[in-house]
Amino acid sequence: MEKTNNNSRRKFLDKGLKLGFVSIIGGIGLSKIISKSNAQTEKNSHEKMELMTTDGTLVQVDSTEVVEVIHSTDHDKKYNVREGYANKKFVMVVDLAKCKNALSCQSACNKHHYITGDNAWIKIYKMQESKDTSPYWMPTTCQHCDQPACVTVCPVDATFKRRDGLVLIDNERCIGCRFCMAACPYSTRVFNWGEPGQSEVTLNMDMIQHGHEASSPEHAGVPSIKGTVDKCDFCPHSIDNGELPHCVTACPNGVFYFGDKYEDTVTNGEETLRLSKLLEDKAGYRMMEGLGTEPSVYYLPPTDRLVDFKDGLKHYTEFQSVEKPE
Amino acid sequence: MIMKNIDTLLKDLAPRKFKKLGVIWTSSLIVIIILGIIAYIDQLIKGQIVTNMRDYSLWGIYISNFVFFVATSFVGSVTVAILRLTKNTWRTPLVRIAEIISLAAIVMAGITIMIDMARPDRLLNLFIHARLQSPITWDVIIIPTYIAISFLLLYFPLIPDLALLKKHFKEKSPFLSKWYGKLSLKWTGSKAQKIIQEKSIKIIAMMIIPVGLILQTIDAWLFSTTFRVGWNSTNMGAYFISGAFVAGIGALIVVVYILRRVYKLDDYITAFHFDKMGKLLVLGCLTYLYFNINEYLIPAFTASVEEEIHLNALFTGHYAPLFWAVTIGGLIIPIIVLLFKKGRRPKTMFFIGLLVVLGSWWKRYVIVTSTLLHPFLPIQGVPESWHHYFPSMHEWVITIATLAMALLIITVLVRYLPIIPIQRTLDEQELTETNKNPES
Repeated sequence: MEKTNNNSRRKFLDKGLKLGFVSIIGGIGLSKIISKSNAQTEKNSHEKMELMTTDGTLVQVDSTEVVEVIHSTDHDKKYNVREGYANKKFVMVVDLAKCKNALSCQSACNKHHYITGDNAWIKIYKMQESKDTSPYWMPTTCQHCDQPACVTVCPVDATFKRRDGLVLIDNERCIGCRFCMAACPYSTRVFNWGEPGQSEVTLNMDMIQHGHEASSPEHAGVPSIKGTVDKCDFCPHSIDNGELPHCVTACPNGVFYFGDKYEDTVTNGEETLRLSKLLEDKAGYRMMEGLGTEPSVYYLPPTDRLVDFKDGLKHYTEFQSVEKPE
Repeated sequence: MIMKNIDTLLKDLAPRKFKKLGVIWTSSLIVIIILGIIAYIDQLIKGQIVTNMRDYSLWGIYISNFVFFVATSFVGSVTVAILRLTKNTWRTPLVRIAEIISLAAIVMAGITIMIDMARPDRLLNLFIHARLQSPITWDVIIIPTYIAISFLLLYFPLIPDLALLKKHFKEKSPFLSKWYGKLSLKWTGSKAQKIIQEKSIKIIAMMIIPVGLILQTIDAWLFSTTFRVGWNSTNMGAYFISGAFVAGIGALIVVVYILRRVYKLDDYITAFHFDKMGKLLVLGCLTYLYFNINEYLIPAFTASVEEEIHLNALFTGHYAPLFWAVTIGGLIIPIIVLLFKKGRRPKTMFFIGLLVVLGSWWKRYVIVTSTLLHPFLPIQGVPESWHHYFPSMHEWVITIATLAMALLIITVLVRYLPIIPIQRTLDEQELTETNKNPES
């Protein structure tokens, strides 16, 4: 008795499921056929309209097919922080021949991003490849790689790559695992180990001025958040105002050129140059090209230098890059 | 082995109340853990500024301790599953201890990695915004999987013993008896139940081998997916698996020796078992030595400038004392001693096991911290203290507390579970008995 009962229930379930499946498929098919036949019957029943396309040719369209489009209010204006500017690709060129370790880039960057830790985002390295080659000063920013190792390893998509080339950090999402710092071969990322300790008054004024109340990936360091990663952001907040990044404008020697690769122009504020020609003439290169990270920062070798390397030594401090109020 | 009936087996192997020493041991572990929790709360409030990690040495003792726990958890896969697959019956009195160590270690690995996270309040982001391309996400998937499988591998073989204990404690402790009864899932020992149980254990034991190998490999990939000298190596996966083999067996030998002494289990865990474990450990050590040669010696022949700086720091520089201590103490000495039969006696093995565990812990410290201090670009423009790394007081207290917590998990499980499978020992005795009878 129990067995047959069980069996009939199974059969019922089995059949029911199959029937349901068939009816769903059938229903979808039927509605498709109906909608198609509807369209065909309506096609010939009304008069035609003449319209002009965007390229200037006149076309005839059945008047029933003309539907008013709701005008998009945020079209073009809508801007996604994670997408960035359309049709732009920001690049930087650093002319090592001009750098004399004036440190103006670093202090301007520190000021505008309220860097209060022990480690500045821009570092000016005292470089010497081997003992027979000449020493030189090398400023480094985030390289904004096109194949960023940091973005690959981030488990939560807190650091991301935009179509305009920038690699930014969402400090509201970062979990503080520091994997991106381990992955970056340029040691460019810094961490807020404790409370950032930024001066709240100036910070608030600056945030109101830039129109955001909370931390934004587009203005790193304003404010910094404890337990998250910071780094050079290529100053999209300046780009937005039609200005150059702070390091570019601050440099007294015009070391930094900033621009758009698609426009093939870069400028240091004083002169505007063709990027491709500049790289060709001065044999531009990128740092650690062999790693395949495809940086957006190009370097021009330190040839025909304007100043002696030794001039920079007077600003050189081995263990300090952020001035701290005593 | 001497034949024993079920009553003596229960008397010998059923969980016993702790004596004075056990109480002191447990309470000191709890004190250490409380100190660790206090230090951790302080770290939560102040941020990881309380550690000595900084922008260059961005990972430290927390990560190396995590890697150590992950490695030690491999013992479950090795002794239980691999010895089962290779039909090594001598494993019987050791498997439960191995499963307990495995579970304790992997649970603590999960906790330790969260201690390293600077924003544990955003833990859920790992699921909400998970990205499959990040090795951390792989870890988020594999660690809970391994915890689940390790738990089942401990629990399923335990069920018949729990039913036995329910009966055993009926008068002595009704409370305990009730819980053993609940956990034994109405086990009666019927044929149908036995078939299901055996089948389940077989499946789990099969599963834990690939999952264990994947776990160790992912752990290695956390490092080898970065552009770092000393990490960016194709050798890393196999190197970590063999290292885990060594760390796990080392820990097993130490725990087995202590339990054997405290619970007087000389009849069950004999010199024969130590001899076998010693052979297993020396096999692991030799394999590990092979991968060490691949990792350190062979790259020295074609080292790039950055790699040479790193290797020099290990061989002759800042890290040399530690590097040679873990290589000689944790690897070469154990190999030499264990290759001799005399070296595989219980007491010697205990000291060798301790040496191996200590070596394994510090070895991971060397792997994690030395590489970070040798980046591609020179370390400049940061405070002098950032050029070195040694854990801060907070880091030590928290790390020691995690180790104590692992020991506490082991202690609690040992207190309430039979550390040697009772039913299984009984069954095996019967089996040898019936096999013998026709012959005699």
